[in-house]
Amino acid sequence: MALDVTLETKTSASNVKIGIITLSGDLDASTAPTFKTEVEKAANEGAKRLVLKLSGLNYMASAGLRVLIFSKQKMGTDVDIYVVAPQEGVLDTLEKTGFIQGVILLEKDEPEKYEQ
Amino acid sequence: MDYGRIDIHPTHTYGDFKLRRGRPSPFGATLVPGGVNFSIFSSYAKSCILVLFQKHAKEPMAEIPFPDEFRIGNVFSMIVFDLDYENIEYGYRMDGPFNPKEGHWFDSSKILMDPYAKLIGGRDVWGETPDWSDIYHHRARIALDDFDWGDDRPLEIPPEDLVIYEMHVRSFTKHPSSQVKHPGTFAGIKDKIPYIKELGVNAIELMPVYEFDEFENSRPNPVRPGETLLNYWGYSTVGFFAPKAGYAATGKLGMQVDELKTLVKELHKNGMEVILDVVFNHTAEGNEYGPYISFRGIDNKTYYMLTPDGYYYNFSGCGNTLNCNNPIVRNIVLDCLRYWASEYHIDGFRFDLASILGRDPRGFPLPNPPLLETLAFDPILAKCKLIAEAWDAGGLYQVGSFPAFGRWAEWNGKYRDTARKFLKGDASAGEMAPRLTGSPDLYAWEGRGPATSINFITAHDGFTLMDMVSYNYKHNEANGENNNDGSNDNDSWNCGWEGPTDDPGINALRKRQVKNAVAMLMVSTGVPMILMGDEVGRTQYGNNNTYCHDNELNWQDWTLLEKNADLFRFFKNCIAFRHAHPVLRSKYHFSNRDYMGSGYADITWHGTQAWNADWSGRALAFMLCGKHAKAGTVEDNYVYVAMNMHWEALWFGIPGLPDGMKWHVFANTGAPTPDDIWEPGFEPMLENQSGLLLGSRSVLILVGK
Repeated sequence: MALDVTLETKTSASNVKIGIITLSGDLDASTAPTFKTEVEKAANEGAKRLVLKLSGLNYMASAGLRVLIFSKQKMGTDVDIYVVAPQEGVLDTLEKTGFIQGVILLEKDEPEKYEQ
Repeated sequence: MDYGRIDIHPTHTYGDFKLRRGRPSPFGATLVPGGVNFSIFSSYAKSCILVLFQKHAKEPMAEIPFPDEFRIGNVFSMIVFDLDYENIEYGYRMDGPFNPKEGHWFDSSKILMDPYAKLIGGRDVWGETPDWSDIYHHRARIALDDFDWGDDRPLEIPPEDLVIYEMHVRSFTKHPSSQVKHPGTFAGIKDKIPYIKELGVNAIELMPVYEFDEFENSRPNPVRPGETLLNYWGYSTVGFFAPKAGYAATGKLGMQVDELKTLVKELHKNGMEVILDVVFNHTAEGNEYGPYISFRGIDNKTYYMLTPDGYYYNFSGCGNTLNCNNPIVRNIVLDCLRYWASEYHIDGFRFDLASILGRDPRGFPLPNPPLLETLAFDPILAKCKLIAEAWDAGGLYQVGSFPAFGRWAEWNGKYRDTARKFLKGDASAGEMAPRLTGSPDLYAWEGRGPATSINFITAHDGFTLMDMVSYNYKHNEANGENNNDGSNDNDSWNCGWEGPTDDPGINALRKRQVKNAVAMLMVSTGVPMILMGDEVGRTQYGNNNTYCHDNELNWQDWTLLEKNADLFRFFKNCIAFRHAHPVLRSKYHFSNRDYMGSGYADITWHGTQAWNADWSGRALAFMLCGKHAKAGTVEDNYVYVAMNMHWEALWFGIPGLPDGMKWHVFANTGAPTPDDIWEPGFEPMLENQSGLLLGSRSVLILVGK
């Protein structure tokens, strides 16, 4: 299954720029570059928070994880990354590979947590 | 693609592939701007072809010969541009002489794995039967080094402060009772960190985690129809740089590197070091009947020790012997260890059959082995623990004489043997005394400290501790080798009945012997090592060589934690006691003198009478002076240990303490649970400060404060 990626940027109540990326489909080696492009766009637009909405993401391969790592590196250590509503398989991968330690996990979409 | 820089511009083409002269160093496949640098060494190959596969594809997608001008010296190197490096697998074909008598085994029909492969596919999921028709079984892949370590680094715990826990990755959590999400994996161990932490060990030693083939020599289990015997322990390396994919829950996704690194990071966060059991004495290619995997077809004569007739020397007992003191092979060992220390933050290495690493290319022991010296003085490995299994299968036994260069520690086989004999009443107090004090007879004369001695009573090789007190003989029938395999010299004692019994007296004695063993181990100077599961009485049902069993013979049964809760509590408190008392963890051997003016020597020896040791008997006691802890740099309590390995209770007179101090009972294995041990710091005062009756086959530990 292909990957759908959309980027939306907004400004939080406390005047912080947020990049919200919604992913659905499969994130693998063939689709990872699309995701990466959107991360770069968000970074270039000065986002200080990155929200990844993953509820529609069915599968994440190594290449997808690499982009998540890349996004952490690209955006800088002061940027908070929110991982929102990952499916169990994706969450599992994030946990086993340690990536989950570097992000804020939201089990469901709670905009009040990242839009304040 | 815009390559941007002129120095990485392609200069050659082959079909659709853009190429450039590669960089010979480093060996392996390395990402460079725009491409991948492939570099491989062979002394005798005439030509070399890079073989590329799409991941999992049966047939290669391309075969690119190295142009002659791309070879420098004996190294073929080439950059291939625009590769989808996450989705390829690669190998080599090498052409050269085939003349086994001369040591050459070149065969260009074979696809060979890069000995420097950092990621290996082909055995992605543990136990999944391989496709035997595959033309390339162990597939080199390219690993990325983008793991986010945060502020993690190796812990550098002083060696004398370590308590090592030897474990098998799969065995630890594979049993259904482990209740972890991914049984038998690195992720499973991570889930059990709270357990290991509660036990109190601060280093885990993992049996081999380098990629190996569990299907090497696989065969039907003669005892359990339908089950297959596997190369379960993994002491047969396929690739020295790659973690075992089948040990990772994410192996199917090719993410075993991340999963293992996550485990290391998490263990470090919890104060635990990671030591890897590494096997450089031989490889999975076996003898002349074994498969071509890599070395045999790349440079057989360089990598293996060969007889004058071209046969494989077998000092490893496994068919071949890596030619460790060939300069080329020395380098691959060094590169490998440096890689694991720097890329995986590994804290130390235990070298399987390390004496082989000290043999010259013809097999003779070297007085000053360059490999061992190189490792001892390497700047990247400078803080890593280096632990030798100081013997090999060729009969070279070097416990106490391993070429240490001031750095190497040893599995102290003499500690194991003497402690076992003493426990069952077969060794005298005089034989046991040096083992309790870091084996100065073996190491002090050469200026080697007590931490040289890795003290252990059980290890993966041999009986578990519970089996050691439950069996007189090995029971290896399930291995299908007519009980001929495994050690016959176990110094074990079944306490009166061979195997399981309902006799409460025998069971009580067995438990007491287990407690005696760990109590002695934890008060011994040196570095204690315990075997996974001994803390809950794990059994292998008398099998002392379970190398081939992927079943309950190896798997840790977590229900034992409840069944033998008293053992776990005893282990836990003994380990905590060791951590609490620096007097037990000296960096230097005892001097038998009072250099602190305390009125007591750092160590004093006693028998059933205070100040009067009987070196020929079965009873022994010693006292450590707290003023001399860590060579007098810190102050600790006094510790007195009495060991009665006689079959009768004995009265022990106890030495007096400085004014104002009293003896308190930390442990007495002769007392019923829960009075057999106390939490450090909460020890009750001893009623009669001048002595006590210590039960038969019992150990007493007092703390004076």
